[in-house]
Amino acid sequence: MQITSFINILLGLLLAPLLLGIINKTKASFAGRTGQPLLQAYYDIIKQLQKGAVYSKTTSWIFRAGPVVGFSAILVALAIVPMGGVAAPLAFSGDLLLLAYILGTMRFFTVIAALDTGSSFEGMGASREVLYSALAEPAFLIGLAAVARVTGIMSLSPMLSAAHFFSPEVVLVVVALMVVYLCENARIPFDDPNTHLELTMIHEVMVLDHSGPDFALILYSSALKLWVLGLVIVGLIFPTPPGSFWLVPVFTAICGLILLAVIVGIIESTMARLRLIRIPQLLVAAGSLSAFAFILVLR
Amino acid sequence: MDSPIEIMMILLVLSDMALLGLSRLRTCISIVSFQGMLLGGLALVTQFGSLTPRLIMIAAASFVIKGFVFPYLLKRGIREAGTLHESEPFIGYITSVLAGVAMLGISLWLGARLPLFAAGSGNYLVVPAALTTLFTGLFLIIARRNALNQCLGYIIMENGIYTFGIFSVVEIPLLVELGILLDVFVAVFVMGIAIYHINREFDHLDSHRLNVLKG
Repeated sequence: MQITSFINILLGLLLAPLLLGIINKTKASFAGRTGQPLLQAYYDIIKQLQKGAVYSKTTSWIFRAGPVVGFSAILVALAIVPMGGVAAPLAFSGDLLLLAYILGTMRFFTVIAALDTGSSFEGMGASREVLYSALAEPAFLIGLAAVARVTGIMSLSPMLSAAHFFSPEVVLVVVALMVVYLCENARIPFDDPNTHLELTMIHEVMVLDHSGPDFALILYSSALKLWVLGLVIVGLIFPTPPGSFWLVPVFTAICGLILLAVIVGIIESTMARLRLIRIPQLLVAAGSLSAFAFILVLR
Repeated sequence: MDSPIEIMMILLVLSDMALLGLSRLRTCISIVSFQGMLLGGLALVTQFGSLTPRLIMIAAASFVIKGFVFPYLLKRGIREAGTLHESEPFIGYITSVLAGVAMLGISLWLGARLPLFAAGSGNYLVVPAALTTLFTGLFLIIARRNALNQCLGYIIMENGIYTFGIFSVVEIPLLVELGILLDVFVAVFVMGIAIYHINREFDHLDSHRLNVLKG
């Protein structure tokens, strides 16, 4: 276990909300606005942490557990995903499955916390979230399975360092993962993070009843999710040969994440949100890309 | 691993998948046009070492006819008919894409059984990709109502046959020429639809409703 892998986790904890700021700045510059400050996500989190929480009488402990479990789940995920060629502290063979299920746990608790409020509005969001994640998960898992098959390694840390981006399978997987990335993080074209009162929104509707520190945790967890899943994609695009000096690949990874945030911002500025019926189609298409990559490597 | 032929074959299969999942006719036509250009290029890449004038002509013909003439004719057809979307396909888009993956699997299995290109040439993807394209074309003909989409299905199917033929070009040039003949046939087919538009009695392209015409 290296000290550098812990520094990586600290970097993630520190820099994750910055990605939200970069996405928003990109969108603002596309729209010709000044936009909110780059560090707005940090201000929001600090502001929410200083407030008190309000709990409805109809909610039970599940509602209070939701954000906490979600946050701890994403912390575990942060400890699984490697950054810049440094093995993650929790790396073991098969941890890519754990990553998928840890993210599943996080989602599950967000969903049942939303259902716990008894609001039909949040129930709709929960149902959509579950539907889309059910379609996104195969794309994610099959894609990672294809990379695992190419490299012959079942653990994310060595796998991402060993994958070569310039083979057709990995390109397919990266495209599929990019779709999953947008879906899991509730970005356009799947969900519009800016709308708070629209019948088609998914993620934002589920956290409407959370307030104060709980909401701060949710904001922070979603920023960390953006970071963790981004690291998987960036790791595939910029594989780092083991043995190079720690700082260089880590710096590359951070630049890659920033680039990814800019790309997400560009996608959000140039695309409209898809109609609700079209979303499963896009997810199935991503899944079939993954399946295609997997079939290609199976031979 | 990264031979240009292989990348072209992957692009071919991906365009098949896109055709199965998209409903906008104009986009579908553009993808078919892309497929045609890809196959034109494929003819040159395959026989890169021994380019003959005959081969260049075949490739150029494929490139021009499939890449530009067909799309032009089909787009004119759309403009005249005023249909932009496939309305209600017999088989939905999600199911179609899943069927596409299944067809790819079957084609890979079939390709592995055919001893045609098994001799370690690195072109193991050619037969599966050709078969997938063939199946996709057949599938579109069956699964879509719109006459234009069915015509696209026919061109795609022909693309599959052409891919298959182009790899036998050294042994059997006749096969490729048959492919070109089929091309011409498709052109006639396309023109037939255009004519069907011109003296159309209906204001739609739903081929399913042509059944009503039976006595």
